[in-house]
Amino acid sequence: MTDTTSLQQNFQDKIDQEVRIEPRDWMPDDYRKTLIRQISQHAHSEIVGMLPEGNWITRAPSLRRKLGLLAKVQDEGGHGLYLYAACETLGIDRDELLDQLHTGKAKYSSIFNYPTLTWADIGAIGWLVDGAAIMNQVPLCRCSYGPYARAMVRVCKEESFHQRQGYEMLLTLCNGTEEQKAMAQDALNRWWWPSLMMFGPSDKDSVHSAQSMAWKIKRFSNDELRQRFVDMTKPQADILGLTIPDPDLKWNEETGHYDFGPINWDEFWRVVKGGGPCNKDRLKARVDAYENGKWVRDAAVAYAEKQANKKNQKSQVA
Amino acid sequence: MSNKNWPLFEVFIRSKNGLSHKHVGSLHASDAEMAITNARDVYTRRKEGVSIWVVESKNITASNPDEANSLFDPAEDKVYRHPTFYQLPDELEHM
Repeated sequence: MTDTTSLQQNFQDKIDQEVRIEPRDWMPDDYRKTLIRQISQHAHSEIVGMLPEGNWITRAPSLRRKLGLLAKVQDEGGHGLYLYAACETLGIDRDELLDQLHTGKAKYSSIFNYPTLTWADIGAIGWLVDGAAIMNQVPLCRCSYGPYARAMVRVCKEESFHQRQGYEMLLTLCNGTEEQKAMAQDALNRWWWPSLMMFGPSDKDSVHSAQSMAWKIKRFSNDELRQRFVDMTKPQADILGLTIPDPDLKWNEETGHYDFGPINWDEFWRVVKGGGPCNKDRLKARVDAYENGKWVRDAAVAYAEKQANKKNQKSQVA
Repeated sequence: MSNKNWPLFEVFIRSKNGLSHKHVGSLHASDAEMAITNARDVYTRRKEGVSIWVVESKNITASNPDEANSLFDPAEDKVYRHPTFYQLPDELEHM
C-alpha cells in the first residue's frame, strides 16, 4: 500500500516538474487507460477522417487540387500510424485497437459523421476541421506522455499545410462566380457548428477533463480552446467575405473575445452515440477496407515466411 | 480477426550525411524489407531522411528504468571528469 502511494507520489512529482513519462516508467492504471482511450480515438479519427475527403479525390476540379488532396489524405493515413504506434507503447496490440474501432466500441471524432456534399466542403474541412484539430493538437506536443507528444510534433508540422490548402480552396471559390461563392457559404453554414463541437463538451460537462489536466495530458480546457478557435477564425471568415452562421457572434470589448451563440449539445450527443448522418457508412467503409485487404496481409506474411525459409535452407547448405 | 500479426519494427532515420541515425517511431511490417518501404512512406514523406534503419523491436535490449539510479548516479559526483573542474590562470586563453 505504502509502496503504491510512494510510486504515485513519485509519478505526480515528475509530472509537476515537466519530466516526460516514457513507456516503461511506472504509471497509474488510470493514466494508462486514459491515454489508450485518447490516443486510440485520435488515431481512429485520422483514419476515418480520410473517408469524407477520399470521396472527392476523383472529382477534384484540377490536377493541382487533386495532388494536394491526395497528399493530405496520405498524411492522415500517416498520422493514424504514428498515433497507433504511440498507443501500442502502452501495452495494447494494434489488432485490439482496430477491433475496438470496427466493433464500434471505440469512438472517433464525430465531425467525420457529416457528409461532404460539394467540393467547397473539402475547403471547409481543411480550414475549419483541420484548424480546430491544430488548436487541439499544438498543446498536445507538450503532453506528459513522451511517445504521444513526439507523435504530435510530427503531426503538427505536417498539418499546417492542410489548413492552408483548405483556406486557399475557399478563397478561390469566394473570388469566383456568385454560384461558387454561394457554395463556399453553404459549406461554412454546415461545417461551422460541428467544428465548434470538435472541442468536446463544455468544461462543466466534461467527465475526464479535470484529471487529464492534473496529469498534463491536456493543457487547456475544452471551452478555452473553443474560444481561441472562434477568435482566430472570425477574421479569417471576414477575409473570405463569408458570414459565420451565428447571429449572436459579436466582439466583446470587455472580455477581448468574441461572444458566440449556444451550441446544440443534443445534436452533439446524438452524433456521438451513432445517430449522425454518416456513422453507419463510415464504419462500414472502414470494416470493408480492412476485410477486403485481408488477402494482401496474408500474402505478405506467406511471402515473408517463404523468404525466411529459403534463407535458412541456404545457410544450412553452406 | 484471424490473420497473423505482423511484427513490430523500430525505425531509425539519418536526416543527412554527417548525422547519426535517430529513432523516429515504429511500425508493423511482414518483414524487414517491407518495414523499410513502409518507413519510407510513413516517416520520410517530406525528405526527412537519406538513410533508414529498421530493427525488429523484440531484438532491442533496454535498460530497466527502475535501475536508472544505480546505473546513472555514479556519474553524478565525478565533477573531475569535466574541464571546468581544473583551475587554470586567466592569462591562459583558449584551453
